[in-house]
Amino acid sequence: MICLSGVSKSFNGLRALAPTTLSFTPGRTTVVIGPSGCGKTTLLRLMLGLTVADRGSVELGGEPLTPANVDALRHRVGYVIQQGGLFPHLTAGGNVTLMARFLSRSPDDIERRCSELAELTRIPLDLLARYPRELSGGQRQRVALMRALMLDPPALLLDEPLGALDPMTRHALQGDLKQIFEQLRKTVILVTHDMHEAAHFADEIVLMREGSVVQRGPLDDLLARPAEPFVAEFVRAQRADPRLARTAQ
Amino acid sequence: MNSLRNRFGCFCLRLATLALTVAASEASSDTLSIGSKRFTESYILGEIATQAAQSAGQQAVHRQGLGNTAILFEALKAGSIHIYPDYTGTVARELLKTEATDLESLNRGLQPLGLGVAVKLGFNNTYALALPEATAQARNVTTIGDLARHPDLRLGLSHEFLQRSDGWPGLKQVYRLPHFPRGLDHGLAYEAIAAGQIDAMDIYSTDAKIAKYALRVMTDDKRYFPEYGALFVYRLDVPQRFPEAWAALVTLEGRIDEAAMIAMNAGAELGGRSFATVAADFLAEGATEPRMAAGDGWLVQLFGPDFWRLTAQHLTLVFVSLAAAVFIGVPLGIWAVRRPKAAQPILGTVSVVQTVPSLALLAFLIPLLGTIGTLPALVALFLYSLLPIVRNTHSGLHDISPQLRESARALGLPAGARLRMIELPLAARPILAGVKTSAVINVGTATIAAFIGAGGYGERIVTGLALNDNGVLLAGAVPAAALALLVQALFDRLDRWLISPGLRG
Repeated sequence: MICLSGVSKSFNGLRALAPTTLSFTPGRTTVVIGPSGCGKTTLLRLMLGLTVADRGSVELGGEPLTPANVDALRHRVGYVIQQGGLFPHLTAGGNVTLMARFLSRSPDDIERRCSELAELTRIPLDLLARYPRELSGGQRQRVALMRALMLDPPALLLDEPLGALDPMTRHALQGDLKQIFEQLRKTVILVTHDMHEAAHFADEIVLMREGSVVQRGPLDDLLARPAEPFVAEFVRAQRADPRLARTAQ
Repeated sequence: MNSLRNRFGCFCLRLATLALTVAASEASSDTLSIGSKRFTESYILGEIATQAAQSAGQQAVHRQGLGNTAILFEALKAGSIHIYPDYTGTVARELLKTEATDLESLNRGLQPLGLGVAVKLGFNNTYALALPEATAQARNVTTIGDLARHPDLRLGLSHEFLQRSDGWPGLKQVYRLPHFPRGLDHGLAYEAIAAGQIDAMDIYSTDAKIAKYALRVMTDDKRYFPEYGALFVYRLDVPQRFPEAWAALVTLEGRIDEAAMIAMNAGAELGGRSFATVAADFLAEGATEPRMAAGDGWLVQLFGPDFWRLTAQHLTLVFVSLAAAVFIGVPLGIWAVRRPKAAQPILGTVSVVQTVPSLALLAFLIPLLGTIGTLPALVALFLYSLLPIVRNTHSGLHDISPQLRESARALGLPAGARLRMIELPLAARPILAGVKTSAVINVGTATIAAFIGAGGYGERIVTGLALNDNGVLLAGAVPAAALALLVQALFDRLDRWLISPGLRG
């Protein structure tokens, strides 16, 4: 579904991403993880064409990303960011239906899709009449997810979607998200720096460090066969999870 | 939202129609247009000429109280006015830069411009310097030459006198005067001298107030001031185009002597009579003794017959220029955000425009546009309106958070739709605030449009200044202030209609 071949990026001469080739398995959840500044957000932005690669090419659904088709391809990828992604001048409903209205989808379809998504994300329908500033942090992220899913895209990119939430809200949303991913079977790419989240969501983990992919594989692989000492170190540093604590000793 | 947009569209359309009507009424080709300067005597002479032409069956308008000699001269050359009263000395020194003041040499100099002078009215209104009788006796001052011995006397001179080649610069040289004069409006100088804030001032020898304020006129012992015989300056095509009116104007030759002119000036300035009445009385029976006004209440003055015309003119000036500034200023602001390299030049240019004094800007626009009246006033107000609108559009768009900007891109909205659906609505509040600032400032600035005959409440302010009549001045200033408050309230209401509730709080 999403392929990067030989993609690299520097900002003002500083390397953000070394030449990287990656493809993401359709229908699976891949978590991109690594310490701050490892290039994981740059990777995500490159996939959406929000940042243009110095070299290499990005393909979405078999089509290479070009300036001419970037807007159309973005309709096939849902995108959720940490916070502040909802437009404050539109109601929650206005945010969710923005693109469908722009693309002149029929009002009936829009309404049906809206109630479907409200049920899926557990947002009471009457909340959609509110403006973002009248919603809690967790509600805002659920609405952002509804907006990302509105056009039923085959892929979903999430950049630290739980990063700004308090622990209780985070826990609840984490459970719901996992369920939603399993139910929808979309190609999900989730960026985080939190090993618990990775363990919770990932079918597969991509671990990055200083602009390069260090290891890629299921969690058990990373635990059992770390490609280099950094992998074990990174995992051990976050061993509050009993499963991680047990294996890292 | 849609009905609101429609209503706004209707409003704009009406304003545009109004502007066109005003412009058309100015441009009508079979109307004789008579100008006058911004002081009592000129108003009266302009009014006499207008009424004389009208009684000869000619459609005529009086474009009264235009800024200064330069503005009138440009308007005459451009054909916005056809004729106006002036003085031989002014025409010679100011317009032709010569010394000779006889009609023959003046006409020789004016002919290449398609202009001429004719109809000497019979009186001489020379410049002179005057000081209070008491000061004159105490200091023993009878001639301008005596003034040089008293460098401590404070001179308050009209701005035009300070600048004119036949005014202060030459006078200072000829008499070796050591003073550093202050610039004052001529109408205010009498008040200033009565209040003891200045010791001497420039006067016109037919000023009605010389006697009222007990001033002594200093003798021009070196004969510096030339003859200032009153006459008409006209476009050479006037006698053929308006033969009946011209015949009527020619009969005015020699009909007004100095005493008659002083009496008429006093009738307007001290007797509180309108220029039109003074002129009508003169034409009916020759100059009459001043008679006190009936004592109209101030409210009657405020809602005088010209109130609605002035209101319509003022609103047209404010809102037509504002609409133009929105249509140009918002795109300029957007452009400045899109092209950061263009931002500084754009913002710099609209800022510099703000620093040009309004009269200077008007004087510059008249020859450029070839006309006086509504058009240059609209252009000037438009230019002054740009800065708040451009700057607020720029900063409003610039301050949108990068996350929101990027969210809009990530959704796959093309640039145009992002601007229309996301960025402009997010910046609506600062943009609207900029438009409001421009509108309120415009209401005040529009009062200067009267200097170039564009009407509005400024007409009363200018007349009030010329007459030194605070009642008339306030009858213009108070509605202007009320209008500013109304405009402010209107925009507060618009804010509630147009700004999303999600952005408040």
